[in-house]
Amino acid sequence: MSEFRTPEQETYQFRARLLVAGMFILVCFGLLVARFVYLQVMRYDYYHTRAEENRIALAPVVPNRGTVIDRNGVVLARNYAAYTLEITPSKVADLEATITALGEIIDIQPKDRRRMKKLLDESKNFESVPIRNRLTDEEVARFVAQRYRFPGVEVQARLFRDYPLGSTGSHILGYLGRINERDQQKIEERGDEANYRGSNFIGKSGVEQSYENELHGITGFEQVEVDAGGRAVRLLNRTAATPGNNLTLTIDSELQRVVEEAFGDRRGALVAIEPATGGILAMVSMPTYDPNLFVDGIASADWKALNESPDHPLINRAIYSAYPPGSTFKPFMALAALETGKRTAWQAIADPGVFNFGGHQFRDDKRGGHGMVDMYKSIVQSCDTYYYMLANDMGIEAIARFMGQLGFGRRTGVDIEGEAEGILPSPEWKKRRFRRPEQQKWYAGETISIGIGQGYNAYTPIQLAQATAAVANDGVMFRPHLVKYVTSSVTGAQREIEPRPIRELAFKPAHLQTIKQAMLGVNREGTGAKAFRGAPYEAAGKTGTAQVFSLKGAEYRASAIHERLRDHALFIAFAPVEKPVIALAVLVENGGFGATSAAPIARLVLDYYLAGKHPAGPAADDPDAGEAE
Amino acid sequence: MEERRFDPRLMVKRLLAPIDPPLFFIQMGLLGFALVMMMSASPERVDSQLVNSGVAILVTWVAARMPTQRLLSLAVPLYLLGVALLVGVALFGEVSKGARRWLHVGVTRIQPSELLKIAMPLMLAWYFQQREGLIRLREFLVAGVLLAVPLGLIAAQPDLGTAVLVAAAGFYVIFFAGLSWKLILPFALVGVAGLGAIVAFGDQWCQPGVDWYGLREYQKHRVCTLLDPTSDPLGKGFHIIQSTIAIGSGGIFGKGWLSGTQTHLAFIPERHTDFIFAVLGEEFGLIGAIVLLCLYLALIVRGFAIAARAPTLATRLLAGAVTMIFFTYAFVNMGMVSGILPVVGVPLPFMSYGGTALVTLSLGIGILMSIQRHRAP
Repeated sequence: MSEFRTPEQETYQFRARLLVAGMFILVCFGLLVARFVYLQVMRYDYYHTRAEENRIALAPVVPNRGTVIDRNGVVLARNYAAYTLEITPSKVADLEATITALGEIIDIQPKDRRRMKKLLDESKNFESVPIRNRLTDEEVARFVAQRYRFPGVEVQARLFRDYPLGSTGSHILGYLGRINERDQQKIEERGDEANYRGSNFIGKSGVEQSYENELHGITGFEQVEVDAGGRAVRLLNRTAATPGNNLTLTIDSELQRVVEEAFGDRRGALVAIEPATGGILAMVSMPTYDPNLFVDGIASADWKALNESPDHPLINRAIYSAYPPGSTFKPFMALAALETGKRTAWQAIADPGVFNFGGHQFRDDKRGGHGMVDMYKSIVQSCDTYYYMLANDMGIEAIARFMGQLGFGRRTGVDIEGEAEGILPSPEWKKRRFRRPEQQKWYAGETISIGIGQGYNAYTPIQLAQATAAVANDGVMFRPHLVKYVTSSVTGAQREIEPRPIRELAFKPAHLQTIKQAMLGVNREGTGAKAFRGAPYEAAGKTGTAQVFSLKGAEYRASAIHERLRDHALFIAFAPVEKPVIALAVLVENGGFGATSAAPIARLVLDYYLAGKHPAGPAADDPDAGEAE
Repeated sequence: MEERRFDPRLMVKRLLAPIDPPLFFIQMGLLGFALVMMMSASPERVDSQLVNSGVAILVTWVAARMPTQRLLSLAVPLYLLGVALLVGVALFGEVSKGARRWLHVGVTRIQPSELLKIAMPLMLAWYFQQREGLIRLREFLVAGVLLAVPLGLIAAQPDLGTAVLVAAAGFYVIFFAGLSWKLILPFALVGVAGLGAIVAFGDQWCQPGVDWYGLREYQKHRVCTLLDPTSDPLGKGFHIIQSTIAIGSGGIFGKGWLSGTQTHLAFIPERHTDFIFAVLGEEFGLIGAIVLLCLYLALIVRGFAIAARAPTLATRLLAGAVTMIFFTYAFVNMGMVSGILPVVGVPLPFMSYGGTALVTLSLGIGILMSIQRHRAP
């Protein structure tokens, strides 16, 4: 800075500085222009897309779930619309206070709170969770009037599942439940997330689960313009949802009900199959449960009661529980003997009431034995000795091979999940089953009790029913199935399920005739005669008793042992013998002798199905019926 | 002597006499543009924007009529009043949104820092005028102190935006008064080095728990959000992200007036005030943005022309500084909305809704007009 400056110098210096400032301004504005060009020209596409993404949201349109009806058109599962009160936790500051305040205008029970808490744990935070279902119109009106007090709380119209028959057929239908984390994972593995956006429920068991893809339908979408607050401003585009397909079951729901009533409060299972198609007419697992309990998200007390009951109502015994078939195994053994040439129908043995093998006595139920026993008599009177010898003659491999083709020890592939494999004993099975070499070895003595359906044998009632149906249908086997056809919701076209046989076993007609006649004899003059006295049709059958508890040498006396350790009672049947329309297997857990408790149930079922007779009540036990099996 | 008669033409002429036509047309152009934008950004505020525009023109006219010397004579009282009010704010001010900025005076509440935006350059111009011909280092030091006192008070409120503007206003006067480059350059170099350091080490500095000495947490947050808007997409970063999306999606020609989706679906926050430029960028595109820049450039060119021909040191400094304030407002605002400067509360001159800033800026236009009109010594 100079000591002295003229005004001209000062003006000059000032103007120079203006020039500098001007240059600075131009640089700055140039910077801005560069930035605008960058944003609006070079990256236009990117920001354009971002703005569109901001603006457009896809709102799912949830499809109506398909309905389920039985073979006669009786509705088994349907939908109904109801109002729910839902809370979006992320939009609510104090959840507890909000619920308490809501409680002042709408009835909220402690169990509603508990259920909500459970759902909260399972769901993601941004989803709305119901606090109350099935609001009355009055409750809806009361809430709507005070809605302003409750941001983040909304009344929604939702579709709910309804099972009009309640507990009848609950194991077949299964139930819907809220989609939990594990379901979500499965949906993601299938790449089905898009179709489940907006869906709250998914089939958890039964056909609801196995036909989930048919029933669910295709989610539609609404393209909506949303504002920054996420509120829909206007509808841009709409793709309607495609409703789920409807299922028609092979089940006869009235028959199902009759069976359930016939069981009364006994535990057990029954599977009835139409032999000519494999269609399941009734599949009962007792006790049952009411699937409607699950629809709203089951209350924890109900869940606890179901889950912790010693009767295990949630288990589908018909497909999951494997039991020794007992004497119901004998007709199949007899058929095996004929087919493999080990026996002829008229070949008879002398039965001393005991079969000695390797220093061990295998005893017959009847002291002193049955005398001379041919194949017919062995089935009608259920002679054990005959089959001890037969099993020994055939050997385990031949038995396993023959029984395997009848479906024993294999999953039938019935169209619901949760089926058990059962155990078809064989040397290979033992090798797989056991670790230690000495356990892996098959002992010839083990084959003996296989012959009467004991030992390692363990089959599910559906396997037993399937094998019975195979015999009834002259060796033509169908995969047992619950769904008759699927009706497309769009075209109305019906798609049959399993119309073709899976296996045709070329049994000799004469052999089949022998077995059928013997089974008819069971109900005429044998162990099932009492139960089937006076039946207006000809039914083939076989009683069976499966040991739960092995008595080492001691005499078995039903009254003396705990109810849960008593033998399981079994019965297989098909009728009419000439042209069977129904084949079934019944199992009564701890029912004692098959003739005592299982055969009377079969009688009621056949009476209803073949003669249209409605039973008056549960089938009565018949304590005097055939002691010998 | 001619008889004084009512002559409408003379009346209009006298009314228009203080008006500088170029400045007037630029101001009208900006206010008209603002009105158009307001109809899109916030239709319910159009009426009050019209009223504010009227008040703005009136303020301009009153200031333009006032002789420059009278204006300068107000410098000391206005400055002292401003500082006193700032002290009052510090002691009795009202806290709003975490900052103590407002002072209740009877019926209304005022923001004294706004007054300083004009009082500051006025004061410094007046001071340098007093010391004309004797301006040495000492004078610059005194000017620095005059600047520092209110600046400290404003920064303590804290109000970073206003502090930047007041600091700039004071600095421009000092710069035009001839502060040696030897003193400016080091600061400029430190500034450039600082910017470089932020770019290089910004991520580390923005880690939570790192204390920025002398700056409040929210100021740190603003700077950090600028460096990486995605770090806080729902909070402060949301503003920058959404405004850049708005501008970018406008493209060259814009989406058309009233058709900005970002604007009308409420994705742009503060869209009628600080972020109105995002609305403009979205609806009128690059063309609209350049038109606005040209209007500001015209305002600056006219301001500098007036400054260059201003008769006294004080009016020169004042005109230069006021013009630079317009530039600073415009640059800081557009820079922040387009995401190259931190989010500081600086309105877009004549465009953003809000009476206080409009009056301040109109006062600035009026001062320029006054300097232009009263330039004969």
